[in-house]
Amino acid sequence: MATRNFGAPIRRNEDKRLLTGQALFVDDVELPGMVYAAFLRSNVAHAAIRSIDVSAARARPGVVAVYTAADLGAYWAPGPLLVPPPPIADIVFNQRTQVPLAKDKVRHVGEPLAVVLAQSRYLAEDALADIAVELDPLPAVVDLEAALADASARVHEDVRGNVAAHVRQTRGNYASARAGADRVIGRRFHYDHGASSPIETRGIVANWDARANQLTVWDTTQAPVFLRNGLAAMLGLSERQVRVIAPFVGGGFGPKIMLFYPEEVVIPWVARKLNRPVKWIEDRLEHFFATTQERGQTHDAEIALSRDGRILGVKDVFLHDTGAYNPYGLTVPINSQCTLLGPYVVPAYDSTFTAVFTNKPIVTPYRGAGRQHGVFVMERLLDIAARELKLDRAEIRRRNFIPPDAFPYNNEIIYQDFAPLSYDSGNYGPVLDKALAMIDYDRFLAEEQPRLRAQGRHVGIGIACYVEGTGIGPYEGAKVQVQANGRVNLATGIGTQGQGHFTSFAQIAADQLGVAVSDVDVVTGDTDQFYWGAGTFASRGAVVAGNAVNEAAKVVRQKILRLAAEHFECAEEDLEIANGAVSVVGVPGQAVTLGALALKANPMRGAVRPGTEPGLESTQYFGPPGGATASGAHAMIVEVDPQTFTLEVRKYAVVHDCGTVINPLILAGQIHGGVAQGIGNAFYEQLVFDEAGQLLNASLADYLLPTALEVPRMEIGHTVTPSPLNPLGIKGAGEAGAIPVGPLFAQAIEDALALPARNVELNEIPLSPNRLFELTTKPP
Amino acid sequence: MVTEAENIDAHDITLTVNGTPYRRQVEARTLLSDFLRHDLLLAGTHVGCEHGVCGACTVLFDGAAVRSCLMFAAQADGHAILTVEGLAGDPEHLHPLQEAMRECHGLQCGYCTPGILMTMKAFLEETAAPDEAQIREALSGNLCRCTGYQHIVEAMQLAAERLRG
Repeated sequence: MATRNFGAPIRRNEDKRLLTGQALFVDDVELPGMVYAAFLRSNVAHAAIRSIDVSAARARPGVVAVYTAADLGAYWAPGPLLVPPPPIADIVFNQRTQVPLAKDKVRHVGEPLAVVLAQSRYLAEDALADIAVELDPLPAVVDLEAALADASARVHEDVRGNVAAHVRQTRGNYASARAGADRVIGRRFHYDHGASSPIETRGIVANWDARANQLTVWDTTQAPVFLRNGLAAMLGLSERQVRVIAPFVGGGFGPKIMLFYPEEVVIPWVARKLNRPVKWIEDRLEHFFATTQERGQTHDAEIALSRDGRILGVKDVFLHDTGAYNPYGLTVPINSQCTLLGPYVVPAYDSTFTAVFTNKPIVTPYRGAGRQHGVFVMERLLDIAARELKLDRAEIRRRNFIPPDAFPYNNEIIYQDFAPLSYDSGNYGPVLDKALAMIDYDRFLAEEQPRLRAQGRHVGIGIACYVEGTGIGPYEGAKVQVQANGRVNLATGIGTQGQGHFTSFAQIAADQLGVAVSDVDVVTGDTDQFYWGAGTFASRGAVVAGNAVNEAAKVVRQKILRLAAEHFECAEEDLEIANGAVSVVGVPGQAVTLGALALKANPMRGAVRPGTEPGLESTQYFGPPGGATASGAHAMIVEVDPQTFTLEVRKYAVVHDCGTVINPLILAGQIHGGVAQGIGNAFYEQLVFDEAGQLLNASLADYLLPTALEVPRMEIGHTVTPSPLNPLGIKGAGEAGAIPVGPLFAQAIEDALALPARNVELNEIPLSPNRLFELTTKPP
Repeated sequence: MVTEAENIDAHDITLTVNGTPYRRQVEARTLLSDFLRHDLLLAGTHVGCEHGVCGACTVLFDGAAVRSCLMFAAQADGHAILTVEGLAGDPEHLHPLQEAMRECHGLQCGYCTPGILMTMKAFLEETAAPDEAQIREALSGNLCRCTGYQHIVEAMQLAAERLRG
């Protein structure tokens, strides 16, 4: 290979289109005869539906149609269970999935009741006001503990205590670990994650082509293949009759992989019914109710330790808010349960959770997908343990790291991919050491902090460690083809929402095929181009699809060499591929372009040998035997204003080990963005529901996404422990940045304000200036 | 967007967008963002919140950065608008702001990017040699959910340097 692109900070192929306003997003799709949808949504969290009268709306000029659940007939059905519960003994799982339009009852604010189709979105929204709805309000189920009481209202009448699921996983014997412990520390922790809030909301355009008998759907989904297959099944079509295109998608972060959203069920049905293209674009207010969120858990956790700070066992019992329905199964709480263990040896673990139905929007994974909640509990327990045992915060972590010679390391519980939670590889000590060096930990504690404190400044330091299970199966595929013009076409089934797949996948193929990265055209998320695969989630795109690209490109490379060897009548070993051409080593001037070979591989006349495949093309698949476990440490120095409780992050360091790195520029971007979302989660973003289940801050003026003023400059360091589970050695990186920021903030703010001396602990996320004021002025 | 004339307070407007003159009839309530995107099919201007917070829909209005979701198309009568499609002035080349964003990996999903480019164009015309704090202040009205802003800040430092020449 002449130049190696893998590992280089290559500029992105997709940027020019995005920078010039030429990239197609769903709302950019304009089709002749299009009608525009608006949904009437419940304005209360819990109510029986007495009546819906749409006659006035239907009569409004410009309105094409109005539909309610009754109009859907046999098409009306609860959605599928996207992820079934894992095979864990004695698991309780009550499946209750969302419906396309509410029929008898509404279970959260924003649940759709009717859809209006009109000549414009403006007219469609006008007509929403014409619909008369009679609702009989019911008491809303909001608080998790209250929901479990027999006397509580029920989100689903037949689910007693609103128990969506109950799961216990154990390892070793916690009771005996506790009995033998020198110290047992127990606390209650609250961790609330928020709304992913991509700047592009969701949207769908559906077009039924009656002549071709084909449905085309443009959707902001992270899982186009799954969406196509599901739509075909629901509509009674074969998969080939449905084409789903996830074009450029303006951020996803998890909720865009949830399916089927009610709108995804309704809009294609309407397009077919009206035989006209239909567009629905979610507005920002709708996004706060109609798109899934992640939200909260309450943990009662305890840790048993030896006096030298070794973890003997952890027990955790937690409640998980799953919202009104649970189509995504148990992915979020299972991730919390598993990721709590972190990079540490925990010989005994006893973890039980109850997932609770509430009259709030549906909870599904959002960047981190429950991992944050678990990491917060463990990191806070270690901070408290360090304090009580008079150990350094970094030292207690180091003492408990899984040693580098213990991999693969089996935690003996079941992970979200249904496989045992086994870490493929890792080396945690150097990660922590590097983070401590970057933040200048020892000097800060010995010199800087005392000096600043003497000046009356409130500065503190934090250090937090985590692992992230990434790159899970089942599989992805890729098709690589050399075109007659010498460019390489590469198609894969996953969707892309800004991760740089147009470039990172091109880098992998370019290295195998000896072409420039800019000569590789990547197609993602168009089921007419590639229709196998699962989607973009769990930090798996680069790992799983990336390796499939590598496998396909390797086969194409072999085809190129075989054909070129025939062409030159030489051995394949004598050939090299570089700069888009094959040449004979040591024979200047002897070269044939890849485009010429592609033409040669598709002869118009003559005979070919039996078994010959035309073209320079291959489709290959990759499915890892298990997830690849990435790890990292974040460190931060923060200054807190003791009057206003506003923060200034003085220094932020990230050390991350995600195996081999495809593109360090893209990786840095992923980490920066993850940290920014982590900061939002830790200190600025909170979904505030009242006791009636109303979200009180459903606008970007009130739900505070961090701006350029809140997100500090970050320093990034890497260590590289390749994954043995895939040939490229990659581990996922998409979610890592967001995972440890909560405990880091809690620890550093506690330190800055010297809260332990005042018997105040920060055992909840999000924090905020208001909350810090409350916690530090009230008796604990 | 323009709809049936009945019961609609229609306005005839004349404006230039990216140097091209347009005459159109618009409904009084049509947002400038919808007019640009759906009437003129200049879909590079993106809509993120429609309540003036996210900044994705920012365009230049007689050279000033404005949120096109907070204006009516009728208010653009007689004015000159510049959108991301007109930033480089020539489809074959990128504006130095666009070049710098690409070099520094200042965009991921790219949805907020057009608004950021337009905001920063106006800013750098007023402040040719900004420091990092000034850049962050100027950027703070544009939300980006992907990048954590660091690469955008670096891109703006690079672009400012190049624009100064």
